[in-house]
Amino acid sequence: MTPQVLMDGLIAGAMIGLGAIGITLTYSILRFSNFAHGEFLSWGAYLALAIASGLGYLAGGPASPIGPFSFGWTLPVATLLGIALTAGLALLVDALLFGPLRNRGSAVIILVMASFGAALTLRSLLEFIFTSKPVYFTNALQIARPLGGGLRATPDQLLMLGLAVVLVLAIHLLLTRTAIGRSMRAVSENRQLAGVAGIDVRMVIRTVWIFGAGLACVAGVMSGLLVQIRPQMGLDLLLPLFAAAILGGIGSVPGAMIAGLIVGVAEAMTVQLIGAEWRAAVAFVILVAILLLRPRGLFGRPE
Amino acid sequence: MIDLLSYGAFFLSVALSYAIICLGLNVQWGQTGLFNVGIAGFVAIGAYVSALLTTPETVDHLGGFGLPIMAGWLGAALATGFATFLIGALTIRLRADYLAIATFGAAVAIHLCILNLQSVTSGPFGIGFIPRPFANLADRPLAFSLANFALLAAVVLALYLALEHLARSPWGRVLRAIREDEPAALALGKSAVRFRLQAFALGGAIMGLAGATQAHFIGYIAPDNYQPILTFQVWAMLIVGGSGNNRGAILGAVVVWGIWALSGSAVASLFPAEQQARAASLQIVMIGLALCAILLWRPRGILGEARIMSRHVLRRSPPATPLPSTPSET
Repeated sequence: MTPQVLMDGLIAGAMIGLGAIGITLTYSILRFSNFAHGEFLSWGAYLALAIASGLGYLAGGPASPIGPFSFGWTLPVATLLGIALTAGLALLVDALLFGPLRNRGSAVIILVMASFGAALTLRSLLEFIFTSKPVYFTNALQIARPLGGGLRATPDQLLMLGLAVVLVLAIHLLLTRTAIGRSMRAVSENRQLAGVAGIDVRMVIRTVWIFGAGLACVAGVMSGLLVQIRPQMGLDLLLPLFAAAILGGIGSVPGAMIAGLIVGVAEAMTVQLIGAEWRAAVAFVILVAILLLRPRGLFGRPE
Repeated sequence: MIDLLSYGAFFLSVALSYAIICLGLNVQWGQTGLFNVGIAGFVAIGAYVSALLTTPETVDHLGGFGLPIMAGWLGAALATGFATFLIGALTIRLRADYLAIATFGAAVAIHLCILNLQSVTSGPFGIGFIPRPFANLADRPLAFSLANFALLAAVVLALYLALEHLARSPWGRVLRAIREDEPAALALGKSAVRFRLQAFALGGAIMGLAGATQAHFIGYIAPDNYQPILTFQVWAMLIVGGSGNNRGAILGAVVVWGIWALSGSAVASLFPAEQQARAASLQIVMIGLALCAILLWRPRGILGEARIMSRHVLRRSPPATPLPSTPSET
């Protein structure tokens, strides 16, 4: 096994971690496991792709690459717009489906089931609009550069790793140091009491969707840039996302990111040691192990 | 006319094989409130176990033990019941949606095992030549379809009667008590974990049996038959028919399979060949929207939950006066 495995694992893990933050936030604040979260990743990637192609068309041809990276100015702009649109999609799903169910006081498990229905609807819509053929942000090939110590990475990969770290720190500071973060933690402790104490619970719920979906869009774009974009990508990532959220401890943002990195490295090691065809089983094994040994996760509080 | 009859028998046979899965899910969800998102995986275990037990000996995969079909079905139910028990034992003590996540993961892992363990399951190629019931009638299509339909109908009827009996038994009442008010059931000395686990394993065993009947009805199985879409269809069937109601489970299976088959043929006739794969995804969108709409507007489904009481209560005369519920009583 080479150190390169660690590098590949960290890069894939950063993506999983960003997605898992959304799951852990919805789980701890809205109190249900959202099976539709993977679809926010796919929709984010496709939305960014559509906007980037649209911008490229308006600008008359694809934008020339920025510095050492494989993409031009259109992709960062498209990602920002994609974040807004993905957040809008999440708010729309909440307004149409989860909100009415929540207001009616439906059981948690009804919300989970509804998210399952929403997931298949959203994924099949993508398949209808974009077909199931994989697509790419750019066709440019990037050469991995040596980083010393036998490690190699492409500039895109390093950028994504850095971006993930910055985003996690930002969300963590936001949750621990700002008024909205305090409100979010209060609602996650006790929604009724928080409402009585004058916290705008609906505003907190909207914030959760915006953060979750926004990070999912970034993770989707990362996945699209480093691998490829397919309607199934969200479904394939769903199990690693859940494994990371539970391993990190529900409600813990840094925990979700660290657990995401662990899942990513474990997957990369499995590919190296056992074979690529067993990659998808890694998340399940981690999930089973964590449920057996420490159901509250690494950084979670006991129920 | 004969073609139509033959097709009708075929259609209903497929629908009834789904009805068996639905009955299993009804034990887990309708009566006990356990959310299983891994239905496809459990059905797959049943199908593969039965196929391996009953196919003639071969070098392509494990076994081919050439056992009779009934032995295959029994083995399928037992093996799947055991697998479901293991998954349940892992998660049933934890929060309700951990079971959902774990079953989802189990389905992914089972699919992966079937794909990759080629020496056991012959991998992506699937297993063919699974013996079909009434194979000696195969040269008379109508008699063959009707005989198979009768067999499936008999299985569904037997399961229905057995499950209705169970639901009215003390065991079934404890399950509903746990679902409705766990602390009260615990206070009466019922172990919620054990009853839940029993119900989960029983439902899994029925799903395994369903997988086996499907495999023998079609005669060929492959890993891709057992995708999340199968789980989704079965959920739609139970929710449409009415969860908590065994008749609802069977009705929902026939209705949803009917809608699925009709929309499938509509897609086939309306769209050109190269667009059909794309249009087929609209079918899933439609079923997904229908599931969400029912959850929002008619959570009880067509039939709603059957009101079940102990037959001993029914035998007694109704209470003379309805219980007063005036606030002054407090």
